[in-house]
Amino acid sequence: MIFHPAILALLAASAINAMVLLAGALFAVHLLRHWDLASGHERQVRLERQTYLAATAVALVLAIQFVALLLFVYNAERMSVLFTGAMCATGTLNVNAYGFPTLILKIAGFFLAVVWLALNQADNLARDYPLIRRKYALLIAIAPVFLAEAVVQALYFLNLNPNVITSCCGSLFSDTGAGVAAELAALPARPALIGFYVVLLATLLAGLRLWRRGRGGRLFGLLSGVQFAAAVAAIVAFISLYVYEHPHHHCPFCLLKADFDYIGYALYLPLFAATGYGLAAGLLQPYARIRSLAVVLPPLVRRHAGLAVANLAAFGLLASWLILDSHLKLIAP
Amino acid sequence: MNGFARQRYLLDFTVASLMRRPGRNLSLLLVYTLVVFLLASVMLYSQAIKGKAAALLQGAPEIVVQRMEAGRHALMPAAYLERLGRLRGVAEVQGRLWGYYYDPAVAANYTVMAPARDGAAPGQVRIGAGIARVRGLAAGDVFSLRGYDGQPHAYTVAAVLPATSELVSADLMLIAPADFRAFFGLADDVYTDLALSVTNPAEVRQVARKLAERLPDCRPILREEVLRTYESVFDWREGMLLAVLAGAVFAFLIFAWDKATGLSAEERREIGILRAIGWETGDVLRMKLWEGGLISFTAFCLGYGLAHLHVFHAGAPLFAGVMRGWSVLQPHFALTPQVDALQLTTLFLLSVVPYTVVTLVPVWRAATVDPDSIMR
Amino acid sequence: MIELAAVTKTFNAGRPNEYQALRGVDLAIEAGRVTALRGPSGSGKTTLLTLIGCLARPSSGRVRLAGEDISALPERFLAELRLRRFGFVFQRFNLIPGLSALDNILLPAYPLGLPYHELRARADTLMASLEIDHRAATRVDWLSGGEVQRVAIARALINDPPVIIADEPTAHLDSRLSLEFLALLGRLKEAGKTVVIASHDPLVFETGLPDRVADLRDGRIVGVTP
Repeated sequence: MIFHPAILALLAASAINAMVLLAGALFAVHLLRHWDLASGHERQVRLERQTYLAATAVALVLAIQFVALLLFVYNAERMSVLFTGAMCATGTLNVNAYGFPTLILKIAGFFLAVVWLALNQADNLARDYPLIRRKYALLIAIAPVFLAEAVVQALYFLNLNPNVITSCCGSLFSDTGAGVAAELAALPARPALIGFYVVLLATLLAGLRLWRRGRGGRLFGLLSGVQFAAAVAAIVAFISLYVYEHPHHHCPFCLLKADFDYIGYALYLPLFAATGYGLAAGLLQPYARIRSLAVVLPPLVRRHAGLAVANLAAFGLLASWLILDSHLKLIAP
Repeated sequence: MNGFARQRYLLDFTVASLMRRPGRNLSLLLVYTLVVFLLASVMLYSQAIKGKAAALLQGAPEIVVQRMEAGRHALMPAAYLERLGRLRGVAEVQGRLWGYYYDPAVAANYTVMAPARDGAAPGQVRIGAGIARVRGLAAGDVFSLRGYDGQPHAYTVAAVLPATSELVSADLMLIAPADFRAFFGLADDVYTDLALSVTNPAEVRQVARKLAERLPDCRPILREEVLRTYESVFDWREGMLLAVLAGAVFAFLIFAWDKATGLSAEERREIGILRAIGWETGDVLRMKLWEGGLISFTAFCLGYGLAHLHVFHAGAPLFAGVMRGWSVLQPHFALTPQVDALQLTTLFLLSVVPYTVVTLVPVWRAATVDPDSIMR
Repeated sequence: MIELAAVTKTFNAGRPNEYQALRGVDLAIEAGRVTALRGPSGSGKTTLLTLIGCLARPSSGRVRLAGEDISALPERFLAELRLRRFGFVFQRFNLIPGLSALDNILLPAYPLGLPYHELRARADTLMASLEIDHRAATRVDWLSGGEVQRVAIARALINDPPVIIADEPTAHLDSRLSLEFLALLGRLKEAGKTVVIASHDPLVFETGLPDRVADLRDGRIVGVTP
């Protein structure tokens, strides 16, 4: 265990989030049992008021999750000096088996909170709380993810042993290693590049269709998820190489360093925004068939889709510019 | 409906509300600022001191080799230099002379070194600012100490070492190698240890492994390991201080919760009016969150700014002792001011976030005042 | 305009201090007229006013506003209805102390998020017509009784609602101010507003302002005239 303020802050943030969502899940159980919109009973009025608290709490959790995600990566970066062999965040996350799972759970929690808030926003548009049961069922499902994140993160920090010799991006994301990361890194440049652009374009087109015509929400939601995974794979497989101008430096974190003009923020922020809005739009669009949402929901879905497309386009353009502007050539012209 | 304009109106109203009752939130703001100030001071100080140590170690040799005898550090025969021979990747090997001296006059330990270059001429000494302070010495004075043989050895103070590097050099005295051997009674063919400089950092571990093979009774100490040790020692001290401060944070949170819960009758009436004329629960909630946000922002900026002044301009008088360790030769040195994203985020998660979470339920309670309460 | 059918309102339901403020009220409020609710304190007239003004939901029964059932509307929509359809004048007027007259008048408009110049123009017109424009920047704590009630009316009118709700507006006024206030309500009626007023002040009824009077006692309507 390393006793470090950033670690204390991260543990505290996860504990807060897990507790807030646990309380939220308990409230959700209570609400699902007693919800009766037709009733003017005081309990119903109280429940309705408590939904405000629940929504604000989830919004707060999302904000905390965002800050914690940033801090988690900063901290991994900073702690790399403590571990032999670690030269950046990848090495620190690789010190034990819990590092990357923590990161993945954090990202999953982030998107789940985004999706829940989108559902809440849609539900608030109609006068009859059409999505209230789905919304609170989802809240019950989200809570375990945050609990798991808190536990896995605690295990990660408790098991940080500075004497462990770890492998850094050089070896983890090297094309000769084993495992998912290495396989990503070993992807041949041309097919990987083509695959990335195919998924990106397909997602953009599906998003434009949803934005213009209000159709194909599910497909767009699905593609947004796939696109996120593909984009992360692409960053590891080749975008990072173009940025570092080094044929074997596959690292998704070093992009965030000052050495590379913090280009990672410009790349990741639109990617996360696009994925968040895309998932939200995809999730919400099918609910337009609910009568009370039929008029009010489509404009919201289209706004989400429009924002997703704009962010995705920004991400795609920046990635393309990084590839074209680089002195490194992975593919013979 | 224009959401942005709506938020602006809410913010305007919140600012007007806060201005109308400047006294009401003053105690909260003071305590909040104090908490941020304490946390930020600890963090800024330890960050700066770590940076300082790392900068100083930059000039240290990549590898130091110590001979061990019965598990204890022993003197290094000069013959080992030959036994070591040439190692690939090692640019230079040097025997070093250094030790400690306990000065009973001021009850302090000095670090005595005899560098091969840039040391002191025979009969002269260069001393750290800490020694100069406790012994009241200046350049040109004579510094007399009792040697290993009980005889006094006198040196002329050639210079006092610059204060910029005082963290490590406050208790340092530099003398000539011959003087060092005479003072401590060392034979001519021994050194304290060996220093190796390795040009390529990637080869350091390789060299260390070879060293261990060729000189089995010696142990190599790597600079990166020392740096790591420094880092974790200061991290640990910082963590301990923060753990102590956690008590203060909890007290603050209870205070904030109490403050947020105790809605005055006047404020309850105001919220009732707003609710009655058509403000939605969400509007009042946002207004109260803006209020908390403004207070947090002010306290955060004030606290962090004051901590910056405290650490970088006043020398962190509040807890420098804890962080540096207690020593008679307390170093005095100027830290390099810095602002760091990791620290700001950490501080935010440790102060603003708990505050917001703690006040969430009271704020919500205030926002859900019955709209018809004003008419009852 | 507003119809109530078999409306009841119970406070503290299921507890020892349970208390029925309204017991089966049927009432129709007509647009463009002044309806007065009359009755002693505790008769339920204020509670009835809160249901008419969408400040609370009935425990049972139906409330219809312009034909739409609003009995089970979530709070955020009730609040929006209050904002757009109703202007409120409270007992003692309930202005927010420390704020200027103008700021008080603008309060109900904030949640709508309209551009400021538009709001300001509307407030200026209102204040001019009520002859309080010279007091716009004055803190309401320093206004005279007559000015306070004009500010309260301006606040009720800022979103141009079709219905004005007034709860015992003359309870704490002397006769001169009461008459002045009732005259202002008369002007609103002439402007086509629907006015609902709860009062037990004889002066209100003597002026002949109300077109219709509903008498309440113990949570029931005991008579409607005419």
